[in-house]
Amino acid sequence: MKKEGFFDEFKKNKALFAMAAPAFILVLVMSYFPMSGLILAFKEYRYNLGVFGSPFNGLQNFGYLFSSGTGWLITRNTILYNLLNLITSQLLAVIIAIFITEIHAKYFKKVTQTVILLPYFISWVVVGVFVFSIFNYETGLINSVIQTFGGEKVNFYMMPMAWPIIICAFNAWKWTGYNSVIYIAAVTGVDGEINEAAAIDGATIFQRIRYITLPSIRPTLVTMILLQVGRILRGDFEMFYQIVGNNGQLFNATDVIDTYVFRSLITNPDIGMTAAATFYQSVLCFAIIMIVNTIVKKIDEDYALF
Amino acid sequence: MAKNDKDMMESAPRKIKLSASSKAFYVICYGIVLLVAVVCLIPFLLLLSGSVTAEQWISFHGFSLIPGEFSLEAYGIIFKTPERIIRAYGVSIFITAAGTLLGLLLTTMTAYVISRKDFKYRNWLSFFFYFTTLFNGGMVSTYIFYIQYLHLKDNMLALILPGMFNVFYLLIMRTFVNNVPFSLIESAKLDGAGEWRILFTIVIPLLKSGLATIGLFLALGYWNDWYNAMLYMSTETKYPLQYMLYSIQQQTQALSRIAAQAGIQVQNLPSNSLKLAMAVVATGPIVIVYPFVQKYFIAGITIGSVKG
Repeated sequence: MKKEGFFDEFKKNKALFAMAAPAFILVLVMSYFPMSGLILAFKEYRYNLGVFGSPFNGLQNFGYLFSSGTGWLITRNTILYNLLNLITSQLLAVIIAIFITEIHAKYFKKVTQTVILLPYFISWVVVGVFVFSIFNYETGLINSVIQTFGGEKVNFYMMPMAWPIIICAFNAWKWTGYNSVIYIAAVTGVDGEINEAAAIDGATIFQRIRYITLPSIRPTLVTMILLQVGRILRGDFEMFYQIVGNNGQLFNATDVIDTYVFRSLITNPDIGMTAAATFYQSVLCFAIIMIVNTIVKKIDEDYALF
Repeated sequence: MAKNDKDMMESAPRKIKLSASSKAFYVICYGIVLLVAVVCLIPFLLLLSGSVTAEQWISFHGFSLIPGEFSLEAYGIIFKTPERIIRAYGVSIFITAAGTLLGLLLTTMTAYVISRKDFKYRNWLSFFFYFTTLFNGGMVSTYIFYIQYLHLKDNMLALILPGMFNVFYLLIMRTFVNNVPFSLIESAKLDGAGEWRILFTIVIPLLKSGLATIGLFLALGYWNDWYNAMLYMSTETKYPLQYMLYSIQQQTQALSRIAAQAGIQVQNLPSNSLKLAMAVVATGPIVIVYPFVQKYFIAGITIGSVKG
């Protein structure tokens, strides 16, 4: 019965099927097929035997990952960085969005908004160049300023504790403009008349922000937070890799699951532990987003992601 | 009430007298926005300034926001033997053009299908695509699959295929397609037009801003991609611009580290200004084009944030 339905539909809408086919096949091959490779987490991978021919070795790979302490370290780092980045970049974006919508000087508004969005368009490679030019020991901008004032130079690449701040700052630098565009859209969605009416009724600017602007931002904020929470175990590989590079001294403070996985993939022929790390990351991420979404759905259906 | 109305007629709302605290708010508001904008610009200023500063000055004083001693030596070196950069530009332009065109075609066709309310499997299909944002194979198995089973090692397709289709763009495009009145499609159907004809002669001409938006997002992604090149490309002649830039950064960093260890004067290598000049050459096109196409990105980001 069901099959018949499919064929009927296929006959009726051959053209629509054909139109969706290229994307369907592309995603099937590029995204769905590799999912089966997650099984490598339970296997001892041998190149000549391929993904499916390699022998199983139970939970050994997970054992290695967590007994060496690496698993916990990179999980902790990934979660802490994501929380820190979530709070700073969203907060900054909300503040900037509120301020920009309150600005009435047309050119000032336009120019500053353009400039604040600019970092979004810059590749992480170039951001890596920025970081190195600002913080390196010999010629970095900060050290050259310190030198000008007769101070002692600082070797940031030997100071792991400085890097959470640097990474967080560059994350905010890259994303504040982008996120503020989203919040500005949320604010201007209601803005106009309500705000004018409130102003005429004698509401101060703070009351307007408190009772009109912030509530209008709330649904967007919830969605953004949910999206980020769903990615809490995914490190932004491009960012970490370009900012930190191959500076081994910093790894304890900056290594996230994704950078660890990449480095072992490149340098280590035994990929069991690495495969275990990605399996653990993919599955937990999926579980977290499903759980969070279900809870949110129970509380308020409108805020659920799907 | 009547009085209030009259007041409103007489003075625009903005002219309402500001209290002292509101004035303070505006000062802070303008101040902070200006500050953030300046902070956003500083790295670019540093890049530009460093790229036109004499190498000796940099190795003596370090980088500064205003060139200490003006010199175009770094650009001179780049353009004296430009083959490498021109080739990398060529690769980037090729993958950007090919990937953007193919990606646009795929995205538009698929968006058209899932926006058709009379198509039985539209929800199923949407979920098929959306699921990839919730769950994926991860870096290791993806890498192994692409190399061992799809043979993408050192293959230009490795730079094109992964970025071609994206659920986020699909949902944005669907919003644009949904704005085309369905009655238009229906009446064309009654006139005997097939789906292909409806899509290409009726729907697509009405999607200009949607195509521009998604096209620009795709192009930006391809232009800035270095990750796929790092994983899959091994021949230098196939490096796109950003990865070429990255490998040059690595070479000069390694070089200057070795030089420093061996006690050789780093200043003999024009590496510092050269690195920044390369970054300027790689980023220039984006910074120049961006202000003119900004509105499409803003439209895309705004639509994308309204969940699909």
